[in-house]
Amino acid sequence: MAAAAATAATKGNGGGGGRAGAGEASGTRKKKGPGPLATAYLVIYNVVMTAGLRFNLKGIVPSSVVLTSFQVMSRVFIIWAVTHSVKEVQSEDSVLLFVIAWTITEIIRYSFYTFSLLNHLPYLIKWARYTLFIVLYPMGVSGELLTMYAALPFVRQAGLYSISLPNKYNFSFDYYAFLILIMISYIPIFPQLYFHMIHQRRKVLSHTEEHKKFE
Amino acid sequence: MCKHVEILDAKTREKLCFLDKVEPQATIAEIKNLFTKSQGKSLKDEDVLQKLPVGTTATFYFRDLGAQISWVTVFLTEYAGPLFIYLLFYFRVPFIYGHKYDFTSSRHTVVHLACICHSFHYVKRLLETLFVHRFSHGTMPLRNIFKNCTYYWGFAAWMAYYINHPLYTPPSYGAQQVKLALAIFVICQLGNFSIHMALRDLRPAGSKTRKIPYPTKNPFTWLFLLVSCPNYTYEVGSWIGFAIMTQCLPVALFSLVGFTQMTIWAKGKHRSYLKEFRDYPPLRMPIIPFLL
Repeated sequence: MAAAAATAATKGNGGGGGRAGAGEASGTRKKKGPGPLATAYLVIYNVVMTAGLRFNLKGIVPSSVVLTSFQVMSRVFIIWAVTHSVKEVQSEDSVLLFVIAWTITEIIRYSFYTFSLLNHLPYLIKWARYTLFIVLYPMGVSGELLTMYAALPFVRQAGLYSISLPNKYNFSFDYYAFLILIMISYIPIFPQLYFHMIHQRRKVLSHTEEHKKFE
Repeated sequence: MCKHVEILDAKTREKLCFLDKVEPQATIAEIKNLFTKSQGKSLKDEDVLQKLPVGTTATFYFRDLGAQISWVTVFLTEYAGPLFIYLLFYFRVPFIYGHKYDFTSSRHTVVHLACICHSFHYVKRLLETLFVHRFSHGTMPLRNIFKNCTYYWGFAAWMAYYINHPLYTPPSYGAQQVKLALAIFVICQLGNFSIHMALRDLRPAGSKTRKIPYPTKNPFTWLFLLVSCPNYTYEVGSWIGFAIMTQCLPVALFSLVGFTQMTIWAKGKHRSYLKEFRDYPPLRMPIIPFLL
């Protein structure tokens, strides 16, 4: 799926041309990774698939709607509100880090869903889905945090998405402070999600073990 | 020949329900139905044992609601907060704005007016909680007080910060805008109070009876002709008035969030009115005449 999205990005020059152009124009710098447009495709794909599959999956996979929406929202935020908005950050290694982590995770996850729906799920896929996250999840989170951290000075400098007093709507917003708050929020949230997955792993993989015993 | 069916909890294996007199031809769906019906709806304190639809042995299902706190306590706490907090900002208590502004006063009339309106609103709410409202339930879950206070106190601080800020910008259309907004605010405050009084008079002291509210001689209550919950309608109106008066985006956002919540409550109330009373006036909408 990631491969398909990447080719689409390099071919697509019509409507998405502006964005793709901006990404590739920073071409003198060695740009690594699929680029923002490809990742955008991935995210939209993610959103649509999640929404569509949610119904089907309710019975098959105990996939929490709240957790999945949370994950989708945070990904959309990292892509659009950080990586896309702060061009200088797009060539950072941290972007590569989370894109790779997400890509591998998604390939496994959607294979898992597909095979489950076809009622032919190889144990390897199930194992991969419930084991690789142990490395991929912290990897993705590190990539996200490092990217946000890298974006901070540019946000401060450009006053990105920020509005200060006085103004006629008597409102102010400091995007720099907002980003810092988001980064801090990872501290309580990440362990919860991580241990939820560990708990799921124990439930799902030991369940399969029992089944295999009785075969 | 009838069969007996015993339903146990899958995890704890404890007996959940015992159904006697089940037809052998009954489907699982029908048995499921009997089970949920046998759990029944929650009983009221006033119900009499003899009048309940039970056999020779009455089985009561006990549900632990968790730690509770009285509605009055919650209301008093959640309303006292904004009253106090707003005044901290109004008087520009140290450490909020720069030190050169400590204890200074705004030069804009509208800022003083806003403080009066905001404070009046919460004083009114406190007094109504103490002397007007008659609550159906005595208590609510304890965690609600933390949730509610965060909401009220948080928003109060956020709004107050901007309205009382040294760099506050008064409304674009000046005194005209402020006068119009003040009129809206005052009318809606009177309206809201009138509805609260009308609702109180529907229910005798100490009782928990529910009746359809109708317009009274007070013109403010004539809104009952068009909505089930005019108290919420007036409340939204008050905050819209306050938002126009202060021309402050956080106030508008607070109004929006409040409106969303009150619409949910109004729709729920409207639905339960319709369920309980066959002759409920059909013209009424939950919160916005003809629309919502």
